[in-house]
Amino acid sequence: MALKIVKGSIDRMFDKNLQDLVRGIRNHKEDEAKYISTCIDEIKQELKQDNIAVKANAVCKLTYLQMLGYDVSWAAFNIVEVMSSSKFTYKRIGYLAASQCFHESTDVIMLTTNQIRKDLSSPNQYDTGVALTGLSCFVTPDLARDLANDIMTLMSHTKPYIRKKAVLIMYKVFLKYPESLRPAFPRLKEKLEDPDPGVQSAAVNVICELARRNPKNYLSLAPLFFKLMTSSTNNWVLIKIIKLFGALTPLEPRLGKKLIEPLTNLIHSTSAMSLLYECVNTVIAVLISLSSGMPNHSASIQLCVQKLRILIEDSDQNLKYLGLLAMSKILKTHPKSVQSHKDLILQCLDDKDESIRLRALDLLYGMVSKKNLMEIVKKLMLHVDKAEGTTYRDELLTKIIDICSQSNYQYITNFEWYISILVELTRLEGTRHGHLIASQMLDVAIRVKAIRAFAVAQMATLLDNAHLLTGNMQRNGICEVSYAAAWICGEFSEHLENPMQTLEAMLRPKVATLPGHIQAVYVQNAAKLFATVLKSQEGNTDSTAAQETSQLMIERLPLFVQSANLEVQERASCILQLVKYIQKLQQKDVEVAEEVSALFAGELNPVAPKAQKKVPVPEGLDLDAWINEPPSESESEDEQPKAIFTKEETKHSRPRHIEVDEKELARRREARKQEQANNPFYIKASPSSQKVYQDTPGVEHIPVVQIDLSVPLKVPGLPMSDQYVKLEEERRQKERAEKKKKEKKKRKEKRSGRGKKHDSGPESEEDITPAHMVDIVTEEMPENALPSDDDDKDPNDPHKALDIDLDNLGEMAGRRPLADSEKLPVRSHRAVEAAKSPGEDGDAETVATQQPKKKSGKDKRDDKKKDKDKERKKSKDEKKKKKHKHEEKEEDLLRGEVHEPVVQSEGISQVAELPTSTSAEVSDLDFWLSNAPVPSNTQVESPPLPLPLISSVNTPLIHSMNYWSVICCFFSRNLSLYCLPMWISDLFFCLVLIFLTLVFFDTASSLKGHITLSSSILQPSSV
Amino acid sequence: MMRFMLLFSRQGKLRLQKWYTATAERDKKKMVRELMQIVLARKPKMCSFLEWRDLKIVYKRYASLYFCCAIEEHDNELITLEIIHRFVELLDKYFGSVCELDIIFNFEKAYFILDEFLMGGEIQDTSKKSVLKAIEQSDLLQEEDESPRSVLEEMGLA
Repeated sequence: MALKIVKGSIDRMFDKNLQDLVRGIRNHKEDEAKYISTCIDEIKQELKQDNIAVKANAVCKLTYLQMLGYDVSWAAFNIVEVMSSSKFTYKRIGYLAASQCFHESTDVIMLTTNQIRKDLSSPNQYDTGVALTGLSCFVTPDLARDLANDIMTLMSHTKPYIRKKAVLIMYKVFLKYPESLRPAFPRLKEKLEDPDPGVQSAAVNVICELARRNPKNYLSLAPLFFKLMTSSTNNWVLIKIIKLFGALTPLEPRLGKKLIEPLTNLIHSTSAMSLLYECVNTVIAVLISLSSGMPNHSASIQLCVQKLRILIEDSDQNLKYLGLLAMSKILKTHPKSVQSHKDLILQCLDDKDESIRLRALDLLYGMVSKKNLMEIVKKLMLHVDKAEGTTYRDELLTKIIDICSQSNYQYITNFEWYISILVELTRLEGTRHGHLIASQMLDVAIRVKAIRAFAVAQMATLLDNAHLLTGNMQRNGICEVSYAAAWICGEFSEHLENPMQTLEAMLRPKVATLPGHIQAVYVQNAAKLFATVLKSQEGNTDSTAAQETSQLMIERLPLFVQSANLEVQERASCILQLVKYIQKLQQKDVEVAEEVSALFAGELNPVAPKAQKKVPVPEGLDLDAWINEPPSESESEDEQPKAIFTKEETKHSRPRHIEVDEKELARRREARKQEQANNPFYIKASPSSQKVYQDTPGVEHIPVVQIDLSVPLKVPGLPMSDQYVKLEEERRQKERAEKKKKEKKKRKEKRSGRGKKHDSGPESEEDITPAHMVDIVTEEMPENALPSDDDDKDPNDPHKALDIDLDNLGEMAGRRPLADSEKLPVRSHRAVEAAKSPGEDGDAETVATQQPKKKSGKDKRDDKKKDKDKERKKSKDEKKKKKHKHEEKEEDLLRGEVHEPVVQSEGISQVAELPTSTSAEVSDLDFWLSNAPVPSNTQVESPPLPLPLISSVNTPLIHSMNYWSVICCFFSRNLSLYCLPMWISDLFFCLVLIFLTLVFFDTASSLKGHITLSSSILQPSSV
Repeated sequence: MMRFMLLFSRQGKLRLQKWYTATAERDKKKMVRELMQIVLARKPKMCSFLEWRDLKIVYKRYASLYFCCAIEEHDNELITLEIIHRFVELLDKYFGSVCELDIIFNFEKAYFILDEFLMGGEIQDTSKKSVLKAIEQSDLLQEEDESPRSVLEEMGLA
């Protein structure tokens, strides 16, 4: 055996250590994978040795390999072995490896519970520390449940080093085991006032994290945090607290009012940018929550904007970015104050940094007005030309369209200008957003009647020049634009100056290279154009021209008939046949133009979003009637629905082959019904069928609002947006002179009604009044489905479970019987002064319900305090009348709970009094919020800490289970690795080693540390 | 709360990774690769923040090493930069003008320092002194540990 040890230590000398491994990897750059695989083999050998030093070294190397991306999950058990080493050196490595490699599905984690518990209670604070750090990375729900009590004890450890770690890890424990929040919270709260600043900031961190997710439960801590905020000088802590207040203020606007002053003071005084930024953010949050703008708050907004301007002007890109980010938050509620910094934001568009430019773009969206829209877009267009990366350019493009089209084109005063901007945008190469431009073109052309002539002219030139672009258009998304162009030219062909030319452009052979859906539109609209052309040519009594046009169609259409795209093919062949028929008629000198254009008669109007719902059900249509009778019914009743079907078919006038004989039909129907009955996916008669059967008479009821420009539009030849900017300027100047008188009146009105919805420049409504009434056609939404529904919390969100009402811990405890395994830690009361911090008294009682034996002395104090509370409550009843809504709700809830059965043995008398005390607490918060002086002299009595350490029933079972699993694992491993005799010798060696240590180091502590694993194995056998 | 911290070199080699939320190995690799690509592609004069998935990425380059943190939506970017800087200062104090090689060869030490400084994605101690003290003392413990071991081994030899 001695020989074996000698061998082991000699082996060690030749083992690679971590440095060797790293060096080796660096020297084998070309065959790294091969080298590492040999290293892993070596490591596997090393892990089989008994020397813990060798194992630790191997595990350390594995940790490095794990970082490089190699799978080391096979060594999980070895990691546990190293973790359980008595020596800090190895333990440290073991825990590091575990924290890097373990995750919830690592099955050996369940073996670690006792080891970790032992380390947590180790006399060496660094053992405890290393265990806590490791645990924070791989804590599982099981570990959290089993160790929650141990960690809770550590929260009041004598060493602040342990305390702060224990406090921090509690957050992880809460996430994994939400039930622990309730019992642990009082102590956590206590740590907010820990003498050690590290522990204090840890507690602030944890509570801030918790409160950010479920702010309403932490509202009662506001006074305490307020005190901390005004007293603390630690910026790290201040930032967290201020952030916390940012989460609380939306729930309690009065808190916001109280905060404004200290926050503005901080903004003025601090030199730390991070703190300044946090303060500004919270002030913004506060001001958002105080929707009713108080006059003196405009000063704080101004201050924020001012400070942000300084940030944005800073040469540090980071500050610039954050300044813009915060600015966009202000923009939502106070657009006016941001708009005055337009120059600065436009300047940011020139920044070298793309992320800053994008932020500036976001801001611009909210800054446009009727007055400056053209100017801003002009600037953006310049950037589009300069932009190097396609992603940024695409972003610019979408932003331009967003900015222009926002709130129903509210800010566009001149649609000619907008169309020409869109046309200019089509010249971008390689953009993905062709469809966006196309849909804008369609939208504007359809909805702004007055612009149609201009739009059609522009689209015609676009189609004419399309062949220049088609080469690249194919690849980049811009070809979508020709979809819109073709449709607009076809649909509004009466506005075309030279329809024949456009018709030819649309029938060019090159068109066949476009995507199918665009070709289909081309073919269809060529037919529309054809009708228009015929009409004009027949009017001229020049029959040959008309015949030539037909000839042109007949020559060009076969190209499309051959198309592989079904849609194109079908449309082309239909139209081709039609034209051939027309040609025959023309040869007989029959006037056809009227009839042909009748094919495309009627106007398409935009449909309002909810129009479909308002369409009345036509008479005689019973929506509840079966379309297809359920298969169980008899044949004769089927006849009626069938009739509906045939009607429907004729209406659509689709050529169908219905000439199948009746028997065949019946047979098929039977077969189909059978199939439907057997098919689980077949949807049987649903109410949504009403959409399909809505009939024409409803159309008049569709609320359609069209916009007409009050300004007459001229149609000049070239589509240069700049031209329109000038024209627009002139026009405005003229109008301005006329409107001056009106303006004055308006301004007066505005002054009185300020604070309402903001409005753009001085010349607003008069320019285009109807613009406000445009109905945007949006995607349909199912009934009752609001967009806000999407914001619902993720059901897997771990924080959902932490939504526990912490103010009423006692209530909760009374309402829900405690599980056997859990006990609440008992806390002593704080000595309550006459004017005490309100957040505190509530939970002093909560815990009192738990331990009947310790009560006797405290009870009296409790009662006294309650009496005081009652008295105070009376005096405050008046104030409570003004109470905020949710507080009322809260109180109601509490009252309701009084009648619930209470499980606690002596709880009955207590519970009767609870509602008064909790409501007293609520009114305490009230009292604090209503500007009462913040109590500063709250005394804290140090708690005597009678802690229930290990839960009574469940845990021993768990312990023994863990022991057994360790044994099983150990046995199976060892048996598979060695033959049995060798294992016996191992055990023997172990015992000898223990003996030797006993002899040589008789200090109990070293023994305890030394035999961790072996003892955990030996214990159960002795039991 | 910080979600994870990565250290990687200009060449895209990962030097350190610390995950404060349990993440599957495969996702980790994917995220690391994706992030490295994004961060390395950024030009030196660009700001240190970017929005990525539902997280905010704060990164800073020190010599050839990128320190990259992922924080949650509500977290303060500037304080995260400060955390990175603190960590670098700690490394610097510990190794004495730290360079990339120090971290490569003593990667476990770098982890120990990080673990003393941050825990569970939250800063543990804002004072550099106390962090360094904790590390020094546990190193001392480690050395103490090592000496009795050799005694034991000798004992085994005897």
